[in-house]
Amino acid sequence: MSALTEPTRATGRRAAEPAARFRDLLAAEWIKLSSLRSTYGSLVLIAVSAALFSVRAALADHHNWPDYPAERRAAFDPIHDAFPEEGWLFIILAAGVVGAVTIAGEYASGQIRTTFAAVPARRAVMAAKVVVLAAVMLVVGVLAAGVSFALSQAILADRGVGASLGDPGALRAVAASVLLLPVCALIGLGFGALLRHTAPAIVTTTTVLLLLPLAFDTRNRWTAAIHNALPVPAWERLVSNPFIEFNEHLATIPGSWVVLAAWPVFAALVAMAVVHRREP
Amino acid sequence: MIELRDLTKRYGRTTAVDRLTLTVRPGHVTGFLGPNGAGKSTTLRLVLGLHRPTSGTALVDGHPFAQLPRGLRHVGALLDAGDVHGGRSARAHLRALARSNAIGRSRVDEVLSEVGLAGVAGRRIGGFSLGMKQRLGIAAALLGDPPVLLFDEPFNGLDPEGVRWVRGLFQRLAAEGRTVLVSSHLMSEMAQTADHLVVIGRGELIADESLAEFAARSARPHVVVRTPDPTALTTAVREAGAAVESAADGSLTVTGLTPAALGDLAYARGIPLHELVTRAASLEEAFMDLTADRVDYRAGDHR
Repeated sequence: MSALTEPTRATGRRAAEPAARFRDLLAAEWIKLSSLRSTYGSLVLIAVSAALFSVRAALADHHNWPDYPAERRAAFDPIHDAFPEEGWLFIILAAGVVGAVTIAGEYASGQIRTTFAAVPARRAVMAAKVVVLAAVMLVVGVLAAGVSFALSQAILADRGVGASLGDPGALRAVAASVLLLPVCALIGLGFGALLRHTAPAIVTTTTVLLLLPLAFDTRNRWTAAIHNALPVPAWERLVSNPFIEFNEHLATIPGSWVVLAAWPVFAALVAMAVVHRREP
Repeated sequence: MIELRDLTKRYGRTTAVDRLTLTVRPGHVTGFLGPNGAGKSTTLRLVLGLHRPTSGTALVDGHPFAQLPRGLRHVGALLDAGDVHGGRSARAHLRALARSNAIGRSRVDEVLSEVGLAGVAGRRIGGFSLGMKQRLGIAAALLGDPPVLLFDEPFNGLDPEGVRWVRGLFQRLAAEGRTVLVSSHLMSEMAQTADHLVVIGRGELIADESLAEFAARSARPHVVVRTPDPTALTTAVREAGAAVESAADGSLTVTGLTPAALGDLAYARGIPLHELVTRAASLEEAFMDLTADRVDYRAGDHR
């Protein structure tokens, strides 16, 4: 029965408070994320579309293979069919939006005040949000990239050109694609925390992820430097076939890993800092 | 116990809360009153550490709330019933809050039935009426069984049964020795709920006293009489040094004479009285008098 119905003095009979544990915050953020239908919608959409886009690309090459001239067959990159850009741009966008909405939606609804009135340790709340979001997106990334790679290469294997994970650049491409989802989600979270309104957060995230790489092309040395320091070009570099050099100011592989790691770390730190400092 | 010391909050040039010093004691339902924009909600947010004071302090049981790692076992608060994500079910909303404070699931079901939402616990909050959201907010405030409870305008949107239930709940929480602070802009709600009143206007403390003291402070008791000879009675009352006003329905309102003195006066002059009723100034009037010069938003006030 509720303690409230007992006519005892509230102050005299209070049980000792359990220690504040970070894993309780993780569990709470997991409940929050998993109790929204929109989360499932977005994640299923990401995984399914990743699979469909890669299958479509692989089927196209499979179908056209007999007509490809010898030089085209020689330069053929089967890994590209696992992570076709046109499909993955959509996935990048969806992952960024999921991240932006995770925090901006909480500000927009006012839920953030309820959250912080329950847990005054705001940085800990944000850290838990970052960990849960990154973990969930990592799992979705494993599914999306794994299924895309497996399906597309199985189709291409029928023509004898399917790659396996042991081939040069294959594991790197899969790993970068798995990581791309949490990376984009955390960048979205950073802009969501910074802007606190859903629409501007989504627009800014989209701009940084998808439009900035177009604004800074790779023909000029300086714009190429900026291009190469952006997260999506870094991913593109990591999924590219090691035998194909597609521009003259090519980023290094370690440099691209650093870019892919630095963006989400910085975004998470910014999110924690601004949420702690500002009044909700 | 909630202690405010010189609590001040400015937003640019606007002073929302102005050197508020005040102690809210356990064992009482304390009504927190003020006109719209008086600074009630800002004060509650300052207590909860959601906003940082420009100067001064707000302590809950001796500590700044913002420095506690977890809050629900210290303070239960309903700030705005709308501060929830509409996409979640009531149960999921409360389970997330409970879990963040290491409160078990069984407690979630307890508070859900306590506020009468057990039957709709699985439904999305977005479809709730304001009254249901208020109940959900109250459930969230009760989760941690806290010694201090804050409610900002909890009566909004509640039906009469809900209002009565909330009053009973607040009084029970106070009887259990908890500190219960309830804000409202309507005196009529507080008169039947609170036993102590804190009144603010434009961020400043106007009154901090028991309901009885508040009622006595600006009470202007008057007597309403009916007589077949109002002219004679009016003359008699004026001669006795009291004020009288006649109403459209023929009754006279006398201020400055006790009912006994008025009855004796009429008897001495041979004026028959058909009705004699005493009226204390209502708490509403006392509240209006007190806050009259500190109302920010008044209808018809062209500023």
